[in-house]
Amino acid sequence: MEQGPIVIVGAGQGGLQAAALLRQSGYEGELTLIGDEPGLPYQRPPLSKAYMAEGNADALILRAAEFFDSKAIRYLPETRVHAIDRVSRRVGTDAGDLDYGHLILATGSSNLRPPIPGLERAMDLRTLADAERLRGKIATPRRFAVIGGGFIGLEFAAVARKAGHAVTVAEAAARLMARAVSEHMSAMFLAKHRDLGAEVILGDPVSSVVDEGVTLVGGDQVAADEVLLAAGVRPNTDLAEVAGLVCANGIVLDGRLLTSDPAISALGDCASFPDPRTGRMIRLESVQAATDHARHIAARLTDKGDGPYAAVPWFWSDQADYKLQIAGLAQPSDRAEVVSEDVVLRFDDQDELTAVETINNAKVHMKTRRSLAGGEPVTADDARALIG
Amino acid sequence: MVKVTYIAADGTETTVEGKTGDSVMHTAVSNDVDGIVGECGGAMMCATCHCYVDEAWTDKTGERQSEEDDMLEGAASEVKANSRLSCQIKLTPDLDGLVVHMPEDQF
Repeated sequence: MEQGPIVIVGAGQGGLQAAALLRQSGYEGELTLIGDEPGLPYQRPPLSKAYMAEGNADALILRAAEFFDSKAIRYLPETRVHAIDRVSRRVGTDAGDLDYGHLILATGSSNLRPPIPGLERAMDLRTLADAERLRGKIATPRRFAVIGGGFIGLEFAAVARKAGHAVTVAEAAARLMARAVSEHMSAMFLAKHRDLGAEVILGDPVSSVVDEGVTLVGGDQVAADEVLLAAGVRPNTDLAEVAGLVCANGIVLDGRLLTSDPAISALGDCASFPDPRTGRMIRLESVQAATDHARHIAARLTDKGDGPYAAVPWFWSDQADYKLQIAGLAQPSDRAEVVSEDVVLRFDDQDELTAVETINNAKVHMKTRRSLAGGEPVTADDARALIG
Repeated sequence: MVKVTYIAADGTETTVEGKTGDSVMHTAVSNDVDGIVGECGGAMMCATCHCYVDEAWTDKTGERQSEEDDMLEGAASEVKANSRLSCQIKLTPDLDGLVVHMPEDQF
């Protein structure tokens, strides 16, 4: 059992879960959770979904204030961590220096801001403060330009269209959500957004943001009152890099989710870890990764288990009346087998199932997710039989 | 306020007060009732807020929806006739005094 103190840097979903699970698993030492945002830790996924539509910030709160007292978790909001001194095992923060026996980095990610002239005019949708600002803009009819046709840009586009705004989505790649889903699913969602009345521009990157809207590389102009930047994120690794931890598209972890310093773990968006199925280094931006990482680290630190991390990834995105669910993780090159309009199976070059993409089909999602979690390779025949 | 009693698999009872409109899951999690996890925050993605509605209350909480049924495929504990995802039960004044039982495991 880790004797502590344990310090968690980052109070998003993963950091909060790590704190809660450490206490639940019997860790009784000092425990500090540090976040740089004001208020209580909250869920981010609804910011571009239910919160954007309804504006209920209370529903986002992960734990009430009393929780931190009753669990003896020292929660420090609006507090920045400046440096990690790995030799003395101490972090320097706005609230003074804190010693650690074990440090958990849950620093998350930040919006990627590509070098586009005028981008300072564009809004972000990452934090509750961003979402509040954006919600202020959807109170009256406007023309929105969304830079990026990934999950967040499209979720926002669906909410904004429903509220009656004019929406143009500009995606630099040739299809929507290209990193995450098969061509078939991209096409399904393209049709959905066009049906909803959004204009979707593909394969023509934004070259500048101007007062009148955005300009595309191809020369076209998109007139807009407001511009939302949703072109992906980058992992927050500055603190780890300065401290000399190995980083490469995230803080590099081993199969136990330890950094190159065994007194430091990392989790969630900021972490690059070996894919349990392939061993390839991956970085995931999801509630699933944040919480499963937290569970694994809490178990290790409380002697409840120290096997290799083995959780199956899953993702979801709500866009109007389409709920996209993904079980597993496919490489872009993985073969896509379109079973029906709402189900796509993905297979690697060994013909093993890597991921299942579904729309409004929770049954297939859960069946295949459970099967992928079984630890044994799922063959193409197994997969087809499973969804029969 | 709406009173909800959560009974753990080992028989431990916890009664908390929830707000009308909040879910049984959110009420448990925000009051730190062990046994309801609600990892996805109520998006019907995780089946870790599985509960058994006490027989005396099943009429008032209503039937589970088909999507809930499908997600319960992934539940860690036995699915029974009174199984629900507690994120899908919203508190109303009618549910004051509601009793739900929690399963052995959510993972």
